Amino acid sequence: MDLAQMTAVELSAAIREKKVTVREAVEASLDAIAKREESLNCYVTVDREGALQRADEVQKKIDDGTLTGPLAGVPVAVKDNMCTKGMLTTCSSKILGNFVPTFTADAVIRLEEAGAVILGKTNMDEFAMGSTTETSAYGVTRNPWNEGHVPGGSSGGSAAAVAAGECFFALGSDTGGSIRQPASFCGVVGMKPTYGTVSRYGLIAYGSSLDQIGPLCKDVTDCAAILEIIAGHDPKDSTSMKRDDTDFTSALQEDVAGMKIGIPRDYFGEGLDPEVKASVLAAAELLKAKGAVVEEFDLSLVDYAIPAYYTIAAAEASSNLERFDGIKYGYRAEDCEELHKMYKKTRSQGFGAEVKRRIMLGSFVLSSGYYDAYYLKALRVKALIKKAFDDAFSRYDVILGPAAPTTAPELGKSLQDPIQMYLGDIYTISVNLAGLPGITVPCGVDSKGLPIGVQLIGDCFREKKLLRMAYTYEKARGPFGLDKEGR
Amino acid sequence: MANIISDETIEYVGILAKLELSDEEKEQAKKDMGRMLDYIDKLGELDTTGVEPMSHVFPVENVFREDVVTNGDTREELLTNAPGEKDGMFMVPRTFE
Repeated sequence: MDLAQMTAVELSAAIREKKVTVREAVEASLDAIAKREESLNCYVTVDREGALQRADEVQKKIDDGTLTGPLAGVPVAVKDNMCTKGMLTTCSSKILGNFVPTFTADAVIRLEEAGAVILGKTNMDEFAMGSTTETSAYGVTRNPWNEGHVPGGSSGGSAAAVAAGECFFALGSDTGGSIRQPASFCGVVGMKPTYGTVSRYGLIAYGSSLDQIGPLCKDVTDCAAILEIIAGHDPKDSTSMKRDDTDFTSALQEDVAGMKIGIPRDYFGEGLDPEVKASVLAAAELLKAKGAVVEEFDLSLVDYAIPAYYTIAAAEASSNLERFDGIKYGYRAEDCEELHKMYKKTRSQGFGAEVKRRIMLGSFVLSSGYYDAYYLKALRVKALIKKAFDDAFSRYDVILGPAAPTTAPELGKSLQDPIQMYLGDIYTISVNLAGLPGITVPCGVDSKGLPIGVQLIGDCFREKKLLRMAYTYEKARGPFGLDKEGR
Repeated sequence: MANIISDETIEYVGILAKLELSDEEKEQAKKDMGRMLDYIDKLGELDTTGVEPMSHVFPVENVFREDVVTNGDTREELLTNAPGEKDGMFMVPRTFE
């Protein structure tokens, strides 16, 4: 039996049917890590011993009937900005290079309770600030489809690990596209749920009003199963929502007859790679053939999403990252005689260039005299963007578009021009501003052999519509993956 | 570039951000911030008169709980992460003369 071909849900079924042991599943992931990790660098930390030990514990609980769920025994990788008790958690930053949390993030606890086996922590852009995983203090991650290209970011390690079979699924976080864009670049499924669906407790904050945890996985069935487990109200996150509709696997139906898809013309204009455009529109055609009603419309305000986002995200980041001061945990600069000098030296030495850039911008837009002109203005524009989506969802069930303007860029080509890099977030970012759910599903491969993803966006709390449509599309599209493209 | 960031501004923002930038980093920060603000100025094209700033997409209310301690004493555990520790407390450099 070729374990590498299996999805998470298929693997757990095989484990329950005693065709595979949990240890064999974990060893399959560890073997893939041994084979490819040296060049790909998907992980900051691999906990080989811990995972094997846990495999045996989980096996016992499956055997005695304690664990029966769809993720029991499945090896998972966790983005390195989610706290894991006793396991190094760096946010891919030097400033947290030695941080071992004393508690575990709520989403990770839910996975553990479901019997998933944590393999380790995945590489990311430092503090999730970046779109390529190149701002990590622990080296770049390479795209498994073509190692000369980036995996996307900021959850690039998670996306690459799933694509390369170095885990069966992974958790990522999405503040402006950080799950959906790397999933698209690596040819896997990625979903950002409605804001408040998954607890942020234990997720090291970047932009608190935008951050959401979500799955990166091999197919839509896995996506629904994982989301069902990690979603849920948590009193420790004051923005966590009480929802009674989190039975997401019930939405896995092959039926889009009569569902209305809106295609924003503004998402298909200048800057969009022609191959990406053709592939995404072909996905819409396929859904049309399955009975969906497809219509073009003007979403409006698309060009204002990026400046509004970077103002708000930078402001929140400058506040959230004040806690890294060299006192309670993490890196401390040496030989500082006085407290304030220590703060400044520690932060200056501990943070990388992109993080400092955003902290500086955030401090500026929040400063006296500029707060109204920049920060409040951005919050007003956010309200207008939310309204534009409300109008769209009064007419459409789902908005369909690309996940990113291009396929994965070459390594080393993105960081010298930050604004150019920010523009790559144009199709994902407004989803975070409006708190909406979004999913990306692979829809093709370009002439360079790099994957393309189609993004489906839903109204708040309408994950089920997205999952139903994504599932129907996936069935119509047929098999997709690194191992299925003859590589 | 429409937004010219002065040395004084960068110095002030550095204080707010608690960052100590080298001269080279300061020059770069001036350029970066100027370009970014030029870009953000695009928001000015939109008339937002009468639009309330939206800090949160859903109506949020204060979350209250009973004032009861639920977590245990984790002082020892927490201090293992501290760069400086003495007598069960965080140790910091001198704060005043």
